[in-house]
Amino acid sequence: MSTAAEAVRPVARPVSLSRRLRKNPLGRFFARIPFYILIAAIFVYALFPFYWVVRSSFTPEVNLFQTPIQYFPDHPTLANYRGALSANFFTDALLNSVIVAGSVTLLSLAIGSSAAFALGRFKFHGRSFVMYLVLSMTIFPQIAILGALYTMITKFNLYDTLGALVFSYLIFTLPFTIWVLTSFMRTLPGDLEEAAYVDGATPLQVFWKVLLPLIAPGLVTTGLLAFISAWNEYLYALSFIQSPGNYTVPLAITSFVSPTGSSFAVPWGQIMAATVIVTLPLIILVLVLQKRIIAGLTAGAVKG
Amino acid sequence: MASVAAPAPPRRRRRRTKLQRRQTRVAWLLLLPSLAVVALVALYPLGKTIYTSFTNQEFLALEPTQWVGLANYRALIHDSFFRSAVWTTVKFTLITVSIEFALGLAIALVVNSKFRGRGLMRAVMLVPWAIPTVVAAQMWKWMLDDTFGVINDLGMRLHLLSHPHAWISDPSTSLASVCAVDIWKTTPFVALLLLAGLQVIPQDLYEAAEVDGANALQQFWRITFPLLKPAILVTLIFRTLDALRVFDVFYVFFGNRPDTQTMAIYAQSTIVSVGHVGYGSAISVAIFVIIAIFVVIYVTLNRVAGEE
Repeated sequence: MSTAAEAVRPVARPVSLSRRLRKNPLGRFFARIPFYILIAAIFVYALFPFYWVVRSSFTPEVNLFQTPIQYFPDHPTLANYRGALSANFFTDALLNSVIVAGSVTLLSLAIGSSAAFALGRFKFHGRSFVMYLVLSMTIFPQIAILGALYTMITKFNLYDTLGALVFSYLIFTLPFTIWVLTSFMRTLPGDLEEAAYVDGATPLQVFWKVLLPLIAPGLVTTGLLAFISAWNEYLYALSFIQSPGNYTVPLAITSFVSPTGSSFAVPWGQIMAATVIVTLPLIILVLVLQKRIIAGLTAGAVKG
Repeated sequence: MASVAAPAPPRRRRRRTKLQRRQTRVAWLLLLPSLAVVALVALYPLGKTIYTSFTNQEFLALEPTQWVGLANYRALIHDSFFRSAVWTTVKFTLITVSIEFALGLAIALVVNSKFRGRGLMRAVMLVPWAIPTVVAAQMWKWMLDDTFGVINDLGMRLHLLSHPHAWISDPSTSLASVCAVDIWKTTPFVALLLLAGLQVIPQDLYEAAEVDGANALQQFWRITFPLLKPAILVTLIFRTLDALRVFDVFYVFFGNRPDTQTMAIYAQSTIVSVGHVGYGSAISVAIFVIIAIFVVIYVTLNRVAGEE
């Protein structure tokens, strides 16, 4: 029907289907449908596991271990939350994690911001060497020094204390903090600082009175990222902590598991309730500070 | 003229060096606390680990530690547990990094176009990244449960599975199930990094290409891909290094089950559970070297790509 006629026609520039569709509003709508299906698929993929956690956390233990499984609990209950919150090691762990992650973050910001001031606002001999050192520290495999840290920590009598974690977590929070804060420092214009120097301010005054207020948003972002990484750490916590009273959140979450490993004995309802409890604050923080976090992450990674 | 101009530069140079010296001094002072911490928490332990790897140090040993030279490394070469741990880790790295990259790039391209709800979308993508890996692993362990897991149930309902499968305990799917967790947790993060790279590509390049009649695929290969290359490389490096030191997901799923342990798990259990600090340190150093090899490969690739 068409082949012969079309073959002799002069070759027109091919017009894609999408471009033809875009010409009228209805077509535009239909052309977007596959796109929105894709978006919906990404949403479902990212969020379904969370739905499942929430669903399981409100499902009574009896219905949890029952087939066919219920996609929405028939008799929602708070029993799992009560169970999780009555486990001492879990509530202790929440507090411990806040203490550890909080102090590591504050320490890193305090020490790291002065280093970032030097690296971001000074020209000096050895600057690029220090930058390389910091960068190589940010990709440092923590397992590489586990043996030495383990003996150091026992020697300092820090084994099975939160101090061991604050000490060892600095290895990943501090270099990261320096790196990201340096990139924030560099984006600041030099005029204010120069004006302050001309007025006779010392470098320390410039740092406190001029630069620190300017990079306050950067401090929040960096601090948040450092906090999250310390909050989530597992390897060192598993290695340096023994008694349940000193557990951090990741240790506690895995401690609900019964030693037999049978799926009948594992209190999945409580684990899921505990998961909701530890995840909710993070989700809220992330949703509120989304833009800042992305700025911090890309400053840390892409601009590097 | 020369005699007039000559004296000036030295004086200016001297003054600048004086200022420079002052700057250098202040800068190093500001750096001092950080450098001290890095030396104490990272450099000293690294040196100590390397030293310990040449000894037979045991935790709570009765006999004094002795220098054993290369004995630990010789044992390591013949250690089948180590070899299988390396192989597991490398397989995991290749699978997850390539899938995360492909999926992440696709998602980044989708999210880069303008649509309503884009801000929400980006926030949603950050959520899996923010939660602890251990927590993500627990979520998936429950979803993959052989009897009461939702994955088996969905598979049966959609007739993709004829009978429930023991994803985690069956050796043929255990690696895949760990990869699934990592891919779920990390793909959005990869997408966000690539998205940041996409957003700095000037829009008028695409408009010009449109005018010239380039189709979407041509636009991707001629504009997007070359300009995105630096972001791609950085993302791949970070992901690869992260994947090579994987610990959390494997540990939550399998403990230190020998057939599914990673390099990091083998080192950790040798040092902490068994107490062979000397041998464990040798494993740590080997991991360090393997990771360094990957860094060198990427840096070389980067340089070659830059010369093109």
